[in-house]
Amino acid sequence: MALDSKVPDGPLAEKWDKHKFDLKLVNPANKRKYTVIVVGTGLAGGAAAASLGELGYNVLNFCIQDSSRRAHSIAAQGGINAAKNYPNDGDSIWRLFYDTVKGGDYRSREANVYRLAQVSNNIIDQCVAQGVPFARDYGGLLDNRSFGGAQVSRTFYARGQTGQQLLLGAYSSLMRQVEAGTVKMFTRHEMLDLVIQDGHARGIVTRDLVTGEVKSYAADAVAIATGGYGNVFYLSTNAKNSNGTAAWRCYKRGAFFANPCFTQIHPTCIPVSGDYQSKLTLMSESLRNDGRVWVTKKKGDKRSPTQIPENERDYYLEERYPSFGNLVPRDVASRNAKDVCDDGRGVGDTGLAVYLDFADAISRLGEHTIREKYGNLFDMYQRITDENPYKVPMRIYPAVHYTMGGLWVDYNLESTIPGLFVLGEANFSDHGANRLGASALMQGLADGYFVIPYTIGDYLATNGVSGASPDDAEFKAVEEEVNAGIDKLRSIKGKRTPTELHRELGLKVWEYIGMSRKEAGLKKALKEIPALKEEFWSDLKIPDDKDNLNKHLEFAGRLADYFELAELMAVDARDRKESCGGHFRDESQTEEGEAKRDDENFTHVSAWEYKGEGKKPQLNKEPLVFENVELTQRSYK
Amino acid sequence: MDNMTLNLKVWRQKDASSSGKMVDYKLDAVSQHMSFLEMLDVLNEKLIKDGEDPVEFDNDCREGICGTCSLVINGVAHGPWNGTATCQLHMREYKHGDTIAIEPWRAAAFPIIKDLVVDRSAMDRIMQAGGYVSMNAGGAPDANGLPIAKHFAEDAMDAASCIGCGACIASCPNASASLFTAAKISQLALLPQGAPERQRRALAMVEQMDAEGFGDCSNHAECEATCPKEISISHIARMKREYFKAALISKV
Ligand SMILES: Cc1cc2nc3c(=O)[nH]c(=O)nc-3n(C[C@H](O)[C@H](O)[C@H](O)COP(=O)(O)OP(=O)(O)OC[C@H]3O[C@@H](n4cnc5c(N)ncnc54)[C@H](O)[C@@H]3O)c2cc1C
Ligand code: SF4
Ligand code: FES
Repeated sequence: MALDSKVPDGPLAEKWDKHKFDLKLVNPANKRKYTVIVVGTGLAGGAAAASLGELGYNVLNFCIQDSSRRAHSIAAQGGINAAKNYPNDGDSIWRLFYDTVKGGDYRSREANVYRLAQVSNNIIDQCVAQGVPFARDYGGLLDNRSFGGAQVSRTFYARGQTGQQLLLGAYSSLMRQVEAGTVKMFTRHEMLDLVIQDGHARGIVTRDLVTGEVKSYAADAVAIATGGYGNVFYLSTNAKNSNGTAAWRCYKRGAFFANPCFTQIHPTCIPVSGDYQSKLTLMSESLRNDGRVWVTKKKGDKRSPTQIPENERDYYLEERYPSFGNLVPRDVASRNAKDVCDDGRGVGDTGLAVYLDFADAISRLGEHTIREKYGNLFDMYQRITDENPYKVPMRIYPAVHYTMGGLWVDYNLESTIPGLFVLGEANFSDHGANRLGASALMQGLADGYFVIPYTIGDYLATNGVSGASPDDAEFKAVEEEVNAGIDKLRSIKGKRTPTELHRELGLKVWEYIGMSRKEAGLKKALKEIPALKEEFWSDLKIPDDKDNLNKHLEFAGRLADYFELAELMAVDARDRKESCGGHFRDESQTEEGEAKRDDENFTHVSAWEYKGEGKKPQLNKEPLVFENVELTQRSYK
Repeated sequence: MDNMTLNLKVWRQKDASSSGKMVDYKLDAVSQHMSFLEMLDVLNEKLIKDGEDPVEFDNDCREGICGTCSLVINGVAHGPWNGTATCQLHMREYKHGDTIAIEPWRAAAFPIIKDLVVDRSAMDRIMQAGGYVSMNAGGAPDANGLPIAKHFAEDAMDAASCIGCGACIASCPNASASLFTAAKISQLALLPQGAPERQRRALAMVEQMDAEGFGDCSNHAECEATCPKEISISHIARMKREYFKAALISKV
């Protein structure tokens, strides 16, 4: 199938305005006749549901948590980018656009990224008007900080809780619409399938997580904003309920899945401490401004860090990348940490960690200054590890953090299924092969507040009221499938828990489709993951109750999808024989061991199409055309 | 220590309509490096393998920010560490042989769903009554159009740090939702964006709080002591001022 990105004609800077003019509008009096389902209440879903409610549509909004305010977006720490240029340091829409395309290693769509940069400024205005307490300077104006991958200060922040404050802003708008009656909230509801009628997305089937009731909801359009699939690795910085199920089940109904192998590994997380570990905690990237990364020169050196003399330490980032030093981009920092640990020079009990040392910064700036800058992070570190980072170096290790891959969408954020829109981390859109810090929050809110209200209106105006009803045969059929799926999981009655199996899957994904990928490993992945999947389907043990709260039943369903998703990640990683951004193919590196892109053969989006159980998915390519930026090889030496 | 044995007493309740009771579990091989919730994960793995029902407890971010986790540990909401949500409590607090009682939030307005999981939707309804600025996407003026003194912005941020966990309510002898409600009223009262609806908001949110069956505030300050974000009760004083001012004006 030829993928039509629907990018409007005309000069880059005028595309969105022109497109907005060309899009059809729904008459204000008619909006309430249309029902839109929004799945997810994170930045993308919450903003979308609230905005559509404000416009007067009838919105049904779903989430897994007990309150829409608890979506995973709440955990974002660092900040949100915008091209305001308040610091007068040379920022512009064009520069934000350029940095994002370059940061993504030239694997994203120019027009989408440009629009993102354009609306970034509206986002800050919107959030301030909602009462989001961004950091301010003494003159009362908004403060900015700098972030990786940019030479300007364009990141707005609210202490180390930016995601929380932005989400609570969206949540407040959402609560206002619930009160107004335009949005109906369904908390503790999990979408388990998509319903298609006459080729269009017309509704979803959910399970009420408290009563177990499986039920259909019909609408005139469906928007999925269900977040990323980082938990396929089991250990990640994502919240425990983050999952790929909604997106995956849309894939199995015909939505293409784009670039599944593009995942982001964040270099500064607290390392794993034992096999009971349930998740990983991020330590903000900003720490690399003052911390120095090192390991021992000798292999297996188990002395305590303070006993290791200066000349026996290897400050490998400063050594290898003299001009960027400890501030190389995320993917480069992560890969180098893995390399030194693989070489037997990792630190700590497990040998899977490197030091992030503040001793120099403390002696240069004083402990007080360091406390002012990073106090809350140091406290969090100490709470988890019981070590005092003012006295001994932090131990850090890379962890999975974000998934750039996701459901394929066109310029309107519409998937390959008409009437199915995909927003936020769940889509593949704007970050190419690597996301820059503080850009996910921007994208989620851009999609929700400023893109979908226009594009979904065009869809509705064009297609009219669908008249779909949960009593229609298509809905009943999908409900039956969902029920059968739940019963299948319950009927296995084996010996292994979902957590055990998930952990095992995670190790494989990390080993073969993690920080670096090679042909032999990917081949192994494609053998071992399906084998483990077999084991899952023959030896799973979960509590049987389906008519009551049963989190392990939920976990099992999500894990079933992760097995299939992991396989597709391996297929995609194997097909993309170049290195780009977070996707490092061992076979494709420069003489100095850096990632080497292959623009001739891989300047495209890989969009995978489901072909049925046991069948090979089909690859569809969307060529990426760069008319406004020149492709260059990244270098941080 | 990597090999503690603990005596757990856990509230078990099948569903909202059943009655519950404390059940004893002995758990071996608990490591001090585990978080409290990881310790419960280990218990659940064991229960599932033994063919028993695992203990249901709410959690999500496990980083102290989403407000989902909600356990009363040895009688204290979120357990013994100050300014720490349940999910950030670690097992080095405990020693071999300790007994730990684990219960759900208890308040009339928080019906139990199962085991340690409660229904906190009343808190969302308080927000629906007025915890927002009435503005639609698209109409906002430039973000720097209205300077806000740094100390107001900082105070507003302190209030806005509330994670909506409900520990303040669970620990209050009157099950009052004052700290939670005050945090939002206070945040928006401190910012010019909140000014136009200040009175309406205070009245509506306080009235909703009463309608949900939460008790009155009689200044016990238990809420402040257990709040994982250390939200100050001075916000309750501000809420009361806001409310009385608004009530006065609305009578005129
Ligand atoms: C620790 C951490 C720190 C971060 N810091 C930053 C930062 O500083 N800056 C930045 O830009 N980005 C940051 N990110 C990334 C960013 O937070 C996320 O990419 C973004 O918040 C995702 O938002 P979302 O709305 O797409 O999805 P989410 O916030 O993940 O929301 C998903 C929603 O979908 C619902 N849902 C999921 N599946 C289903 C289903 N089957 N049925 C019903 N509902 C479902 C969930 O309940 C939830 O409401 C960070 C990420 C992490 C993990
Ligand atoms: S005020 Fe504190 S205890 Fe109460 S809900 Fe907010 S964070 Fe929780
Ligand atoms: S699980 Fe999120 S605050 Fe504890």
